Amino acid sequence: MTCKDLTAALIDELGRIAPETDASRLDPNAELREELDIDSMDFLNLVTALSERLKIDIPETDYSKLATFSHAVDYLVLRLGVAV
Amino acid sequence: MPSLGADMEAGTLVEWLKRPGDRVKRGDIVAVVETQKGAIEVDIFEEGVIERWLVEPGTTVPVGTPLALIAGAEPATVASAAEVPATVMPSPAPAAPPSVSPLLEPRTEVGRPRVSPAARRLAAERGIALDRLTGSGPEGAILYADVERAAAGTALRHAAPKRLDLAEMRRAIAAAMARSKREIPHYYLSTTIELTPCLVWLETTNATRPPAQRLLLAALLLKAVARALGEAPEFNGFFTAEGFQPGTAIHIGTAIAIRGGGLIAPAIRNADKLALDELMAQLRDLVSRARSGALRSSELSDPTITVTNLGERSVETVFGVIYPPQVALVGFGMPVERPWTAGGQVVARRVISATLAADHRASDGHRGALFLADIDRRLQSPEKL
Repeated sequence: MTCKDLTAALIDELGRIAPETDASRLDPNAELREELDIDSMDFLNLVTALSERLKIDIPETDYSKLATFSHAVDYLVLRLGVAV
Repeated sequence: MPSLGADMEAGTLVEWLKRPGDRVKRGDIVAVVETQKGAIEVDIFEEGVIERWLVEPGTTVPVGTPLALIAGAEPATVASAAEVPATVMPSPAPAAPPSVSPLLEPRTEVGRPRVSPAARRLAAERGIALDRLTGSGPEGAILYADVERAAAGTALRHAAPKRLDLAEMRRAIAAAMARSKREIPHYYLSTTIELTPCLVWLETTNATRPPAQRLLLAALLLKAVARALGEAPEFNGFFTAEGFQPGTAIHIGTAIAIRGGGLIAPAIRNADKLALDELMAQLRDLVSRARSGALRSSELSDPTITVTNLGERSVETVFGVIYPPQVALVGFGMPVERPWTAGGQVVARRVISATLAADHRASDGHRGALFLADIDRRLQSPEKL
C-alpha cells in the first residue's frame, strides 16, 4: 500500500461518515471533528473502519494523533510502515 | 398506521415486506412507511398469518388506520362471525385504546346493529356513521369490510415517497415541542457530576479492546439513568388523559442529531437490563440507522423517557423540553475540566452537567433531586453499571 492508497482510504471512510461533504476537498490542517461535524460516535466508527480496513490497531490514546487530515495520514503512514 | 410520536398525523405506506399467507410473529418487520421522521420500518406486535393488506403502497393514511388483517391461529377463511380476524395496529401510540378483541361486541341495545370492534374503530377513525351501513355479517352485523367499503376513496394518494425530509422533520419537532411547552408544566434541576471514575474505567476497559468493542461515555450515562429509573418510576412513563401511567419497562429514547439538522430519539429498549456492551452495540446500531433513515416503528413509539447527550464540541449544560407524552428528559452537557474540591484541596477534574426536565403533574422537585443524585452516585462506580 502506498501513501496515495492510504489517503484514498481515509477520504473514502470520511465520506461514509459525512456523506454530504467532499472529503477530498478538506483543509488538511483543519480539525476533522470541526470540519466534518463528527461526534464521538462518528469518530469511533471512523477508527473502527480504518483499523479493520488497514488491519492495524489504533489505541484510544492515539486518537489525538488523528485530529486533522494531514496528521491522520502521517499517523497511518507511520503505523503501517509505508514508504512515503 | 402506527403513531411514531404525539405529533404524527399521517404516514405513507412505501412497501410491504411480507405477503398475504405469511406467518408473522412479534417483532417481525412487515412494512416500510414514510413519515415526517423519514422511512420507518413497521414491526408487528401480534402473531398470526397475514390475511390481506388493507392499504396499498403509495397511499397516505391517518395514524390509527389499520394496515393489514392478521388472522390468529385459525385460518381466517373459516372465521365465523365470532372469529372476525383482529385488526392489527402495529406499535400503537402510548395513549391508544387497548388492542382490538377479535370478538363481536354483544348486542346491548335493541335495534342497534351488531358491529365488530375492528369495524367500530375504523368507523370512528374515518368518521363513518355506523347506523347508515348495511352489515353483511350474521344477523346484519357490520363487519370490518363493510366499513372499509364505505370508507374507500377517502385515503389520499401521493407520489413516490422520499427518504428523509428535513423540512418535514422540523415541522414534526415544532408540533411536538409546541405541545410540550403548551401542556407540560416543566420544572428543571441541575447538578454537576465528577467524571474521573468513569473516564479512568473507560480508558482501562478500552485499552485492551479493538475499536469495534470499545465503549463510549454515552453508554455509561444511559445505563446510569436506566438503573436510577428503576428506583424512580415517576419519571418513566406517559402522561395521558387518565393521568400519569408508569411505564411497564424502561425504554430510553436517545436523542440523535441528524446530519444537516433535525433530531430523532429512538428507544434503547429495556436499557436497565442490558449489559454495557449490549447497550453500546444497540446505541451504535441506532445512531447508524437513525442517520440512514431505517428505524423501526416500535423504536419511535416506545420511549418512556428521553436522554439527550450534547457530547463533545458543545456547551456545558442543556435544559430539555419533554417529548410528550413522556414526563421527563435527562440532559448531559459537554464533559469539561473544571476546578473541583477533593479532600479540602482544589484540583482540576473532568466534570459533566446533568439536568432533569420533569413534568410537575407526575412528580415533584424533591423526587427529581433524589433521582439526579442517584444518577451521580451510580456514575461514581462505573464497574457496577
